Amino acid sequence: MAKNEIDDVSGVETTGHEWDGIKELNNPLPRWWLWTFYACIIWSIGYVIYYPAIPLIEGSTMGISGVTNRSLLHEELANVEASKAGMVSRIDSTGLEDIRSNEELFRFAVAGGSSLYKVNCSQCHGSGAQGAPGYPNLNDDDWLWGGDLEQIYLTIKHGVRNVDDDDARQSEMPAFGDDVLEPSQISDVTQYVLQLSSQEHDATAAKSGAAIFAENCAVCHGDDGKGGREFGAPNLADALSLYGNTADTIATQIAKPKHGVMPAWGLKLTEAEVKQLTVYVHSLGGGEQAATQ
Amino acid sequence: MASDTNVETFDAEAVNAQHNRELYAARQKIHPKRASGSFRSLKWVIMAVTLGVYYITPWLRWDRGEFAPDQAVLIDMVSRRFYFFFIDIWPHEFFFVAGLLVMAGIGLFLVTSTVGRAWCGYTCPQTVWVDLFLVVERFFEGDRNARIKLDASPWTGAKIFKRTSKHVVWLLIAVATGGAWIFYFADAPTLLKDFVTGNAAFVAYATVGVLAATTYVFGGLMREQVCTYMCPWPRIQAAMLDEHSLTVTYNDWRGEPRTRHAKKAIAAGEVVGDCVDCNACVAVCPMGIDIRDGQQLECITCALCIDACDGVMDKIGRDKGLISYSTLSTYNQNMALATAGAAGAGIQPQLVRPEGKLAAGVQHFNWRNVIRVRTAIYTAIYAAIGLGLLSALLLRSPLDVNVLHDRNPQFVQLSDGSIRNGYQIKILNMRTEPRSFRIALDGLAGATLKLEGSDLGQGTDGVLDVKANQLRNVRAFVTLPKDAIAAKTTDYAFKVVDTTSAGTVTANVRFEAPSGTGQ
Repeated sequence: MAKNEIDDVSGVETTGHEWDGIKELNNPLPRWWLWTFYACIIWSIGYVIYYPAIPLIEGSTMGISGVTNRSLLHEELANVEASKAGMVSRIDSTGLEDIRSNEELFRFAVAGGSSLYKVNCSQCHGSGAQGAPGYPNLNDDDWLWGGDLEQIYLTIKHGVRNVDDDDARQSEMPAFGDDVLEPSQISDVTQYVLQLSSQEHDATAAKSGAAIFAENCAVCHGDDGKGGREFGAPNLADALSLYGNTADTIATQIAKPKHGVMPAWGLKLTEAEVKQLTVYVHSLGGGEQAATQ
Repeated sequence: MASDTNVETFDAEAVNAQHNRELYAARQKIHPKRASGSFRSLKWVIMAVTLGVYYITPWLRWDRGEFAPDQAVLIDMVSRRFYFFFIDIWPHEFFFVAGLLVMAGIGLFLVTSTVGRAWCGYTCPQTVWVDLFLVVERFFEGDRNARIKLDASPWTGAKIFKRTSKHVVWLLIAVATGGAWIFYFADAPTLLKDFVTGNAAFVAYATVGVLAATTYVFGGLMREQVCTYMCPWPRIQAAMLDEHSLTVTYNDWRGEPRTRHAKKAIAAGEVVGDCVDCNACVAVCPMGIDIRDGQQLECITCALCIDACDGVMDKIGRDKGLISYSTLSTYNQNMALATAGAAGAGIQPQLVRPEGKLAAGVQHFNWRNVIRVRTAIYTAIYAAIGLGLLSALLLRSPLDVNVLHDRNPQFVQLSDGSIRNGYQIKILNMRTEPRSFRIALDGLAGATLKLEGSDLGQGTDGVLDVKANQLRNVRAFVTLPKDAIAAKTTDYAFKVVDTTSAGTVTANVRFEAPSGTGQ
């Protein structure tokens, strides 16, 4: 290669590269830039040795540190668990009523319960615990199995009508449409249930329905239709209903009742988690105080 | 080269003068000579005040009662508060800090448009710490000539001792500088104890380490390069100056033509300016420039060349101010005066000082020039923001209430047919004492209120205790009986009343009911 020409104006050698008559001067790189560049090279050698760096067909070189984003995540999660450990063990060893009345524990339980709820419960009960037909609304004051801390705890821990937990809440309403009641009788009872919850109804039909109710239904739902929590029998005399409050839905539920099933969360969640969920659900507005002995 | 005046001439070269500096040359070390004079004295005072404020402030105490820290100036990151004497700023009041930063910016514009780069020359931390480091350097290594000699001398024991001592003291100052910084972020006495005993947080040591390193490198090693190459302000400030802004100016209309042999030249009948070319202005310059080359990006207007030159002018019996703070318009008028004699003849210093003293027609800086449209606008903006912040500060409520309506579900029907709405009430007690508040509903007839909190039991009336300097978050349930529901939505308010002072804050909210109700 011939010796590069010297630029007339600056007196600097050119690189011999030319674009549209513009030639590149072969000035040296600024020294600070050069030193930074060398420092980066040295740094990168250390980096490759210390951190996972070179991709292989499966995975990559691990480096002597073995630190990966995944291991950092696990570390962070473990740190979070560790930072909560003190509070969790306090929740574990404290009774529900005492958690409720201790400001610190209460706040911790409601916050923890809220996030547990979103992960485990919102699929059926809704993100705002507002429920859906067949899935109880947890905000209101109508409880199938009881709304004090202890009863909510038992419902969450053992679940409802599942086969996994022997202590699960069990009850089953007979299908009155299967040879128990005539369709006309079902219609009469429907009118009586409408009357119970102060809705428009046929007074004559309701009157004959009342007798059928006393004979077939009152044993679980109570003489006045106010339900029975020991069987999870809904209160029929209030403004709320699980499957709908119209004549059609009531009749369907009498003839061929549906039964909700809830998993036993005690099998999946820890004791402290069940307790936090309990306090959270209780705090949604419908929580009841334990009956005084 | 000896001068025929009795003025000491310095063998000083302006290493940063444009003609001396190649684009890719390594830095040439600058050895600023000690200056003395009125500007140097002013700079000593400013240095003492600024360093004093920086180092002492975290140690000032301010009693705020038992519920708040007693450090006068404290940035409490953990509980997100900024304490400044009688003011404490909450995170939602961060606009105060933003406002102060805007004021600082406008203030910089104002100062620059009137007195040029006074910030650079007197108060910039870089300038102040370089000055401090130079004091140390001078103490161990002597003044300019001694330092140049020391640089050139071989490594003797004495040189090693001087150099080591200098760097050790620099490092001590650097550590103290970084050290003072962290005390703004935690209780100073506690942190000092923890820091010394090794119990302070890692971030404290890291901060001190980083700040000590930057102080040492910027103040001791890099010095003028920080201003010339790293700082954006020299570039911006050119836009802030106009022909009425004060800058350090070499008045060549009386200085040129310069000569070191004035007597000889006068005897030969030549025209002679005031400048005796002694290079004193170059020798003292910390930026390594020659002010006689005109205004330059490097000049931080520290005015040490003015001090140096005034001393020389005194000695040779000329008027001071050959180098002076001057504006471009003053300079131009005087230049016109000095070149008026014969067109094309160049500067005629005798026109401005016919009898050795400056003529009456020579313009001097007039302080009235400071007031002009530009500075008036800057002052107005500065004052407006300042007054705005001040009134916001005086009028701010020590209580902040936010009520958020539940979005999901918007309402809940209860078994007796009544409708319940849920709210999240946030009460911010910005006083340094615990307070209690009564919460009442206003404009929702027949409604009942229930607060959900650990200390509230259930169904109690709405009295809430909020700790000093704390936010309290409480769930509130408002229930309206079936027959009291008048419309799908009803606007009403939460009234939060301080039980002792009776001060009230109203939060407007809405009650939601299912569609079709109450029609």
